[in-house]
Amino acid sequence: MLEWVLPAILTIITASTPLVFAAVGEVLVEKSGVLNLGIEGMMVVGAIAAFAVGVTFESATLAIISGAVAGAFLAFIFGLLTLNLLANQVATGLALTIFGLGLSSLIGHSYVGKTFPGLPKLEITLLTDIPFLGPIIFGQDILVYLSILSVFGVSWFLYRTRWGLIVRAIGENHDAAYSIGYSVKFVRMIVILIGGALAGLGGSYLSLAYTPFWVENMTAGRGWIALALVVFASWKPGRALLGAYLFGGITIIQMHAQGFDVQIPAQVMSSLPYLATIFVLVLISRDSSRTLLNAPACLGKNFQPSS
Amino acid sequence: MKQMKSLFNLSIAGFVILAMGFFGAVKADPLKVGFIYIGPTGDHGWTYEHDQGRIAIEKSLGSKVKTTYVEKVPESADAARVLTKLASSGHKLIFTTSFGYMNPTLKVAKKFPNVKFEHATGYKRSKNVSTYSGRFYEGRHVAGLIAGKMTKNNVIGYVASFPIPEVIRGINATIIAARSVNPNVKIKIIWVYTWFDPGKEADAAKALIDQGADIIMQHTDSPAPMQVAEKRGKLAFGQASDMKAFGPKAQLTAIIDNWGPYYVQRTKDVMNGTWKSKDTWTGLKTGMVTMAPYNKSIPADVVAIAEKARKGIIDGSVHPFTGPIKNQAGKIVVKAGERASDGMLLGMNFYVEGVDSKYPAK
Repeated sequence: MLEWVLPAILTIITASTPLVFAAVGEVLVEKSGVLNLGIEGMMVVGAIAAFAVGVTFESATLAIISGAVAGAFLAFIFGLLTLNLLANQVATGLALTIFGLGLSSLIGHSYVGKTFPGLPKLEITLLTDIPFLGPIIFGQDILVYLSILSVFGVSWFLYRTRWGLIVRAIGENHDAAYSIGYSVKFVRMIVILIGGALAGLGGSYLSLAYTPFWVENMTAGRGWIALALVVFASWKPGRALLGAYLFGGITIIQMHAQGFDVQIPAQVMSSLPYLATIFVLVLISRDSSRTLLNAPACLGKNFQPSS
Repeated sequence: MKQMKSLFNLSIAGFVILAMGFFGAVKADPLKVGFIYIGPTGDHGWTYEHDQGRIAIEKSLGSKVKTTYVEKVPESADAARVLTKLASSGHKLIFTTSFGYMNPTLKVAKKFPNVKFEHATGYKRSKNVSTYSGRFYEGRHVAGLIAGKMTKNNVIGYVASFPIPEVIRGINATIIAARSVNPNVKIKIIWVYTWFDPGKEADAAKALIDQGADIIMQHTDSPAPMQVAEKRGKLAFGQASDMKAFGPKAQLTAIIDNWGPYYVQRTKDVMNGTWKSKDTWTGLKTGMVTMAPYNKSIPADVVAIAEKARKGIIDGSVHPFTGPIKNQAGKIVVKAGERASDGMLLGMNFYVEGVDSKYPAK
């Protein structure tokens, strides 16, 4: 009975990692008051860029970097449209997803049917051989470690640095932040780029490690799940990590349960994270002081200097 | 406001270009054949194979035809809109290649009595709407025989999409065939409730292997389960397309949807004026279902068993659902010596004896 626990945990880590990247990136972006609904598009473009470069140059490092750059590139378009041209953020984000899906299938057309060997896993003699904990803690690939690091990085940045304070201030009240001399546009653009790079990394993980091949639309809605996780996490990076693993865990455990012929309707299981999100939404909209505490007050509002 | 206006102009320009693409190429001579696809042509599965069928028409009939396809069409009002566009822009034969296009197809067909429609996997027909589908379970039978012979752990893992008759039929055909050559074989089923989500499909395959399966079968569209099997040193069967590239060692064979011959025939029928509304449900015999080359790792005696079944199905001496067949409760559903009727196959909503899992709750 217990011999499947370890493989199940390893599978949960794989299933959760892309969500961690995308969700934590979006937490950062939304903290600055920007709502980018284009996560799915940035992820899928990251996936094809990483895969194409990985297959062409046979380098995992180059592949990962290109995935991040491609995600950031798409985010840059979003930034230009919403920050400089003041386009509606919701509409632009949706358009970005559609654009990303189209662009990725265009680039990916000649990569259908090719395979990538996958990412090398960390192996430290003795440590990786520790029963049970060894393969979980010391036997992952670089992107898994990077995803955990990104959570701590974003958390540290937002709550422990001066720049993080500025980002949050802009997210809460961009007019006030502007009036004391901060460039709202510049800060938001940087944050949007980082969020895009993180989404791109999430996509790279899909095409390099999770299922190392390319097929169109391979993100299959993970960008939207990440978006839901942000609300579920009430804009806290640590909780986004928790939410991603909860989501991945529920998905994998219900599959194992099916294999053991335990009948829990899979539809119920896979809708749990969404139900939790709705529940959290109900909670925070019931008590307005809580909303003020967490949700950035300027979320989704475009900034125009009023002078 | 200025920006709004320029954006508006831009979108108008976009529509004009699109419309030119649609109507600009109208010429009297070649027969225009249209296709609508549920997925992207690059899915390496269901839609990919339909597109191969479209390409087969072009290859076979050359300049006498002109084909158009629209991919990623949702099974909603959008389908009717796209169909209307195709029909009104001179397409005389239109293939609608997903079950969910059934009602939109019939609706649009009523408005365009001179256009012939071909709907895949549906059951509603009219004067200018035909239906067609493949007997994929015949391929499952051949695969099931190989699986029963090749498994060492006696566990076949099955990545299933939705509990609809088409998928249930595949599971039943597999286990009946596998148990006929190996009475100890069991089947483990994981429902992923999607046709296409590479990540989820891979997760299901991993879970099945972790629980002891050494042969993976799938009824989903992406090559992810095949790739997982290859990575873990297990065996698998390709689905819809030849997935050898993703599992050169793992793929024993693949059940291939081969629409080309039918598509070419129906196009010729329209050209010759002999097209009639009918239902086509064929498999290995007509080549609508074919098997990929057997992996060299399969022993000769197993290949012989598989080939005997394949040829038997083609000449009619073998039927994958030949009685006695019992359901899970042990009640006989097909009497000894009899064959399951097409009606029973099309509406199959029970597991046969040998499947240990409970039938998925509705």
